[in-house]
Amino acid sequence: MKKLLSLFLLVLSVNVFASSGVELQDANVDLTDKVSLQRGAKYFVTYCLGCHSAKQIRYLRVANDLGLDEKHVLDDIAPEGAGIYDQLHSAMNKHDAEKWFGTQPPDLSLVARSRGADWLYSYLKGFYVDKNRPFGVNNAIFEDVGMPNPLWQLQGEQKPVFVNDGERRVLDKLVSASVGTQSPEEFDKTVNDLVNFLVYVGEPVQLERQKMGKYVLFFLFVFLAIAYLLKKEYWKDVH
Amino acid sequence: MNLKPTRLRMCGNWVLDRFPLAQVWNEHMAHYYAPKNFNFWYFFGSLALLVLVNQFVTGILLTMNYKPDAKFAFDSVEYIMRDVNWGWLVRYMHSTGASAFFIVVYLHMFRGLLYGSFKQPRELIWIFGMLLFVALMAEAFMGYLLPWGQMSYWGAQVIISLFSAIPVIGDDLALWIRGDYVISDATLNRFFAFHVIAVPLVLVLLVFMHIVALHEVGSNNPDGVDIKKSKDPWGHPVDGIPFHPYYTVKDVVGVAVFMIFFATIIFYMPEMGGYFLEHANFIPADPMKTPEHIAPVWYFTPFYSILRAIPDKFAGVIGMGGSIVVLFLLPWLDRGQVKSIRYRGGIYKKALMLFVVSFIALGYLGTQPVTPLATIMARIFTAYYFGFFLLMPIYTRWEKLKPVPSHLTTQPTLEERIPDMIAVFNEVIKTESVTTEEGATELKQRFNPTGAKNVLIRTAKNLKESLD
Amino acid sequence: MINESVDKSKRQFLTTALTVVGAVGTGYLAVPFLSQMQPSVKAMAAGAPVEVDISKIEAGQLIRVAWRGKPVWVLQRSPEVLATLTTLDTKLSDPQSNQSSQPESSKNPVRSMKPEIFIAVGLCTHLGCSPTFRPEVAPHDLGADWKGGFFCPCHGSWFDLAGRVYKGVPAPTNLEVPPYRYITDTQIIIGEEEKAA
Repeated sequence: MKKLLSLFLLVLSVNVFASSGVELQDANVDLTDKVSLQRGAKYFVTYCLGCHSAKQIRYLRVANDLGLDEKHVLDDIAPEGAGIYDQLHSAMNKHDAEKWFGTQPPDLSLVARSRGADWLYSYLKGFYVDKNRPFGVNNAIFEDVGMPNPLWQLQGEQKPVFVNDGERRVLDKLVSASVGTQSPEEFDKTVNDLVNFLVYVGEPVQLERQKMGKYVLFFLFVFLAIAYLLKKEYWKDVH
Repeated sequence: MNLKPTRLRMCGNWVLDRFPLAQVWNEHMAHYYAPKNFNFWYFFGSLALLVLVNQFVTGILLTMNYKPDAKFAFDSVEYIMRDVNWGWLVRYMHSTGASAFFIVVYLHMFRGLLYGSFKQPRELIWIFGMLLFVALMAEAFMGYLLPWGQMSYWGAQVIISLFSAIPVIGDDLALWIRGDYVISDATLNRFFAFHVIAVPLVLVLLVFMHIVALHEVGSNNPDGVDIKKSKDPWGHPVDGIPFHPYYTVKDVVGVAVFMIFFATIIFYMPEMGGYFLEHANFIPADPMKTPEHIAPVWYFTPFYSILRAIPDKFAGVIGMGGSIVVLFLLPWLDRGQVKSIRYRGGIYKKALMLFVVSFIALGYLGTQPVTPLATIMARIFTAYYFGFFLLMPIYTRWEKLKPVPSHLTTQPTLEERIPDMIAVFNEVIKTESVTTEEGATELKQRFNPTGAKNVLIRTAKNLKESLD
Repeated sequence: MINESVDKSKRQFLTTALTVVGAVGTGYLAVPFLSQMQPSVKAMAAGAPVEVDISKIEAGQLIRVAWRGKPVWVLQRSPEVLATLTTLDTKLSDPQSNQSSQPESSKNPVRSMKPEIFIAVGLCTHLGCSPTFRPEVAPHDLGADWKGGFFCPCHGSWFDLAGRVYKGVPAPTNLEVPPYRYITDTQIIIGEEEKAA
């Protein structure tokens, strides 16, 4: 029995190890920070929407949820010519995408739900110079990703530092190779805003859902209390 | 004023003269005598019915906006989540309901194992219940394809490929089920048809038969004593109470507690950390690319583990199927002469406890990637799973049974156990008055190691005793 | 075993309380369930106001545009037609449009903001068929009384060229005029009303 248990624990620990891989950084998502979400929306349209769509969400929804008026969203955030009911479609057509990237850049509506916020945060900060890749960059989190670094002007370029781990060369850390237009702290905040927005886009209703949950649970506890008293009252009969 | 109720009553009588509503109500509720000692484990039958109703209502609403078409299915689910008024709530109720259904049903089945509810004369109830379980698995499996995410697609691909392991007809059978060479639009469309109408009809029919069969022979109870043996002068069982109102009010309490858990999941953790809604299923199905790690939804993983543990395609399928078939045989495998675990021998208690451990372990292993060690573990637990059932005819004969009382016993209820729990809590957490540096006295709660040790030793002793 | 000395009023009170609370809960649950059958954001997006360019319409011509999936007619009326309209009042059931649905700016005998441009939802107020446009006067199938108008083939309702319903036909009210406003002299937006100044 003991042996079985220790074997079992071993399995558990092996799996924890296997799933970790590269350490992810904490994205610090805060959906109540409307200003951050607004900045994130702007960054998304500027840096991502060129290639990636977020076709499951409409500008109208963004305006309502982020506390912006519709005109502001159309004039300031959405690309030229978009309507308030439009979804966040990319301007790039399918044909060009196939030609440039060999595949169609994925829709990002649900990327925060499939990858997780921390992954996105680490990924966006994880680009480094690699002359062997078609776009001249590789990524610490997503090896050999077929995408250039959209934020390189803000971040500057990063160089990888490898260490030898026995027989394999392993990526140890990234160091700055050139200065970007933003300081490292500013850039962290920018990525944070962007990830914040992507988490919001993944499930726009999540704040509302959590707010509502409190009332539902309160109601159910009241219901439980009355039901319990009634049960006790009836069960006085039973001896 | 006086006229109205009379009119109403006349209308009521008109119906009652033509339909045996009162009779049905009396037979199954008001005059259905159930043992008075149902405990915690007896909530899950009515809860399963509640979840079934939840799935029907939310499912019907979902079909109004869902599109069973490979091109539109994924987007239509997101459309429900975002553009349809309250669509997110309906969808989460349905997706959480699916997992809740299995939690409730597994606990309901475990109750049967605890108290011998499958034994004579309730074999048929067990068989109907097992058929319900199989239908439920089919329903859940086909429902899981509908969101048309990566997990939906590849999960279905793997499971349908199981059929191709059957010799001679296997490949043709798999082709026939899919209606295409791979999982495709045709598969999605037929699974939709099965999921929303065919299987639900079977479920309703089976639930009906399950309950009719139950009410024919009467409910078992935690003591496994037949309450019909001693009746009062009016012909009612002395130890029985009418289902209505006593168990209706009790079940409402269970429903309320269940709904608190249910609502917590829906409003605060609808993905349940990737167990109720898998992360990879937020990526649209891509027939060209398999996700790195395919795991079925948690409720299938014990059986999936058994499949993976067996290093041969056909034998694996037989093993997986066998793990369910063997459940059907339970009433005839168990030779123990006593129903309730309270009066059964230590060997069955220990065997059942290990069975629970291995079932959960298999479930866990099924969610994890294959490693050599995990495979060995899965084989051990698989062997135990089958051993528990197939060796039953032998080991249940050696059981040293305890005397069964002639009447129901009274066990302390949950409320009555609260003082004991408080006592244990006080033993583990000591409250001490401490004088702070400023001279004020404060009450501080401290963990008490000796108390905790005593509690642990006592618990272990009790466990050992109860297993004898 | 069943104790007869029970506190009936307490039992009754708790039963009522639980029923009421349960009913309130069910009611709250019914709201999302019922409102999910209301038009979704997608339907609202499809029902957004539409712009119509009327610079190309010739006199007597009718064009159809879709607004909220319904056919909306835009008709250019000639002075002769407008003159005929004033002679019909006695044959109509609601000549002043008191019982009919139209924005305030179109509540006049010709039922439009500018008399020559008539805009209406092309669905019969009886049971929702789309009437046919019959501008000709006294055709042989409709008889000599026909002064030009809209004829509903489903149940034979008659409307004049201001969408006003004749007496003695099944349709109860005049054709509905949707909210609309002029952006410029030749551009109309249907689905939005003139903003109250």
